This record gives sequence, C-alpha cells and structure tokens, in this order.
Amino acid sequence: MTVLEVNDVRKAFRGLHAVDGVSFTVERGAILGVIGPNGAGKTTLFDLIGGTLRPDAGRVVLDGRDVTGSPAHRVARAGLARTFQLMRPFASMTVRENVCVAALTRDRAGADERADAVIARVGLEPWRDTRAGELPTAGRKRLELARALATRPHVLLLDEVLSGLVPAEREPLLELLTGLRDAEGLTLVLIEHIMAAVMRLSDRVLVLDQGRVLATGTPEEVTRDPRVIEVYLGEERFDDG
Amino acid sequence: MTRPGGLPGLGGRGTRRNLLLIALLCAVMIPLPLVLPPAQQAVAVRVLIFALMGLGWNLMSGFGGMFSFGHAAYFGIGAYTGAWLLVERGVSPWIGMLAGAALAAAFGLLIGFLSFRYKLRGAYFALATFAFAEMLRLIATNSDLVNRAQGYNVPLIQGSSLWMLQFPLGSPGYFWVALALVAAAVAVTWLFLRSRAGRFTIAVRDDETAAESLGVSAMRYKLLTMALSAAITSVAGAFYVQYYMFVDPDLAFGANVSIQAILPAVIGGVGTLWGPVVGAVVLGPLSDVTATLLRNPPEALSMLAGRAGLDVMLYAALLIVMVLALPKGLYGTLAERRRG
Repeated sequence: MTVLEVNDVRKAFRGLHAVDGVSFTVERGAILGVIGPNGAGKTTLFDLIGGTLRPDAGRVVLDGRDVTGSPAHRVARAGLARTFQLMRPFASMTVRENVCVAALTRDRAGADERADAVIARVGLEPWRDTRAGELPTAGRKRLELARALATRPHVLLLDEVLSGLVPAEREPLLELLTGLRDAEGLTLVLIEHIMAAVMRLSDRVLVLDQGRVLATGTPEEVTRDPRVIEVYLGEERFDDG
Repeated sequence: MTRPGGLPGLGGRGTRRNLLLIALLCAVMIPLPLVLPPAQQAVAVRVLIFALMGLGWNLMSGFGGMFSFGHAAYFGIGAYTGAWLLVERGVSPWIGMLAGAALAAAFGLLIGFLSFRYKLRGAYFALATFAFAEMLRLIATNSDLVNRAQGYNVPLIQGSSLWMLQFPLGSPGYFWVALALVAAAVAVTWLFLRSRAGRFTIAVRDDETAAESLGVSAMRYKLLTMALSAAITSVAGAFYVQYYMFVDPDLAFGANVSIQAILPAVIGGVGTLWGPVVGAVVLGPLSDVTATLLRNPPEALSMLAGRAGLDVMLYAALLIVMVLALPKGLYGTLAERRRG
C-alpha cells in the first residue's frame, strides 16, 4: 500500500530550480533513503512534503489524502513528522517539555508518559531536565527525533539525524528505527550523508542531483549506477561512516 | 513520573507553589490600605493598575513573543467601554468590564489576524500595534459618540457601592478590588501556562516552524494569546476609569499608556509569571520617590532643589540602570540564579 506519493513536485527560488519535477512513492513500512550532493534539493524536498514550503507545481498525497500546499500543522496532523537538519529545539524548555509539546499535539491523556517513553528510547534520559538550548549537537539531533516520534507519525522524514552522532551512538538509533518499522509499520524517508547507514537501512534509494531524480533503485543498483558514481566522484562519500 | 507540586514538562513555570504564593500575598496585602496613609494608598492602587497592564502585556509579548507597542488600544477599549456604558446607559462597571474585555479581545483578534495574514514580524508588528492604538485615539478624539476630546467623567453616587464600583475617598475598597483583579490575572496567567494552549504558545514563540511541523497551528495560538492579553489589559483600563473617575482619549489610548504596559514586565522580567508584579511594585512608587527626593532634597544635594524636570530625568536614569544591571528583570534574574 502506498503511504506517500510525491508527483512531479517543483519549487524555484528566484529562477533557481531547487526541486525540479521530483516523483516517487513509498510503500507502508518501507525505508527510502534520499542521497545527493550538497545543494541537490533534499531538504527543500522535505520542506515541500511537510508543508513548510508550498510547491509551485506537483502533488503530495499522504495516506490517500492530497496534502499539497497544506500548512505544516495540517500535514503533521495527517500523520507525517519530520526532523530538521538545522535543529530547531524549543530553547526555553527542557528536553522533557519539548517532547511533551509534541506528545500533546496528539492526545492530552498520558502525554507525559509517552514523552518519557520516547525520551528513554532515543537515549535522552540523562538530559531530560536540561534546557534544550543548552544541549550539545548530538543531543539536539536526538531531541529532533524524539519530538517527531512523540507525535506518533505514520510517515517520518529524517533530515540527517545520524550525522551529529559518533558511530557507537548511531547503532541504537538505527535499531530503534528499524524496530519501529517492524513493530508499527512506520514508514521512513531519510536524508543521510553517512552512506554506510543509508545503504544498510534503506529498501530503496533515491538519488537527487540539481533538483532532479538522478536514479532510484535498491542500494546495490544505485551504487553501481555510473551516473551516481560520477556525481559522487569528487565527494567520495561512499566510504564514510 | 509527575514531579511533586507540578505537571511534568513545565519546569518552574506552572508549579502549584505559585498558587499558594498568590493566596499568601493576597492575605498579606489585604490589611495594607488600613495602615497606609491616603497618599501612599493611591500609590498602592497605581502599582496594582500597573501590574494588571503589565500582566496583560507579558502574556502576549513575553510568553507569546509578539512584541506589542500598542497595548493602549486594549486599555483604552476597556476604559471607554466601561465609561460609555456607565455614563450613557447607567450600566454597572462590572458589566462594562466584561463587555470591554470582550471588545478588546475581538480587537486583538482583528489586529492579530491582519498582522499575521500579512506576515508582519518583529519591529514591523510592533509598529502595526502602535498604529492601531493611535488610530483608536484619533477616532475617540473625533467621534461624537464618545464625547470627542472631552472624554467622560464618572458620575458620583451617594455613599459606597461595590456593584457600582465606587467608594468614598480614602476607602480601602479600591485597593481590594484592584488586588482581587491582579490576583485573578496572575491566576489566569498561571492556568494558561499549565494548559496545552499555553505550552503550544511558548513552543510557537521558541520556534514557529518546529511547532508547526509537530501539528501546532501557530496562527491559532498566537491569536488566542493576543485575545487573552487584550482582555486582561482592558480590565486595567476599566478599573482605571472607576478609580480616577475620568478618562479622555490621551489617558486611554496615548502612547505613554502602551509604554506603561511594557515597563513592569521589562523591569520585573519578561516572560515570567511574577515579573510584571515585581516590576510594578518597583515602578509604581519610583516616580513619587524621585519627585519627593528632588522637591525636598537632603542637605548635600540642596543645589538640586526646585529644578523642574530633574525628577523625570532621575526616574529615567534609574530605569536605564535597572535594565543594564538586570537584563532579565528583577524577578527574571533571581529566578535564573536559583535555577543555577
């Protein structure tokens, strides 16, 4: 069953085509990796799907509902959560307050318990009562993830949540994400620069370059694709992580 | 996993201790007008009016993060609605207060909707609020409906009546009513901070994009906060008319009224529950203290005697010193230190 359908979505900023006709679909419980060099339009694509930006053209369908151009809060209520690459904590609140806000957007009852459970799951317990503005980068990355999970999404867009973490910290998060997929059928779309993680986690990979889809396929297909290798030649990111 | 004395996820903002503190302070303050000389009693009432205005402003601009430079609009709507209903229709000031609060909230929604619809932020938003307040001042000055520049005198009644909110000169009644209103405003702020709406409002203030992406409608909670803020400030206006028994367009809608709404929170601590109250307690008597000090200066400063305007300059200088020394306000700085 298709959970997320993105159809020929476009966005230009002053003539620059940041996202230039991108289409893809994601099945329920699938994990789609989105890769591409810097400036390929990955984060803009997330902004268009999540409603932070309004697309110039194209359609976004979530769970069979057309959410194209809906404000972000409506898309979120429809079951899509996202994290931000440039972290956006509620700086005056503690970690727990941050996650509580997210949990409260779904249900008043038991919001604190759900927030605590999510905090424990992403390993933020030691910082639970720390003010979010004072967290180190790795903590903020996890907080982004915790808040998104606390909204109990069907579809989760992750924008480089693993990048701020050392390899030893990544493993539990990877397990958490695949666990959520296996147990609850959570659908994941993740932008990631750490290739080892993307390739291991993703069922399919979408490669963007200059706002367009360069290639899609299984991780094996994509890494063998000569066009993809060419785009990445200067960056040598395949060996990372 | 609830922390003792408060909801989780609230930090120090909404703990039950604050409710206890409200009750305790009220109990301590109730006998105050019985022991104060009449002149000081007037200062005490002024402090409470300041506090009420500041609490209203702080809700929208401190917790909501929408800097208002036009709270005179709401203060004035409260003042004029109460005065008009009383003078023209003989309606009790209490009803006038409620009507004024409803009108002010509606006007707040209108300003908010227009401003956010056209994406005004920061200084531009502040200027828009100022412009709306000025607009109301000019309308009041030029409208026969509200007596143009003459304004309204509150008609005197015989004796004392709580229902008509009028007490004999020097009666502690005004102080008690104002105290009750301030206590109610602190309690409303406290309830708001504990509520889901309050937490969403602070989330929107901290990061609107992040709040939206979690499913919080920024527009909705900004408007709600503005309406509540406007209603509280309008109550201060309605009470002001009853206490001073007079209102005109400048007293109600003048720019200095907007500044008076900002100062208590800035001095006490923007975005803190008790900040506006603490700020009002400092500010209320301050202008009197500087005036008295310079009218009858001590021996060493006798050369300052009789120089007009010096007291205002001293007042301004003291404000600047306070803001420089305690950038988060008196209460804000103390709360910060205690938290470590």
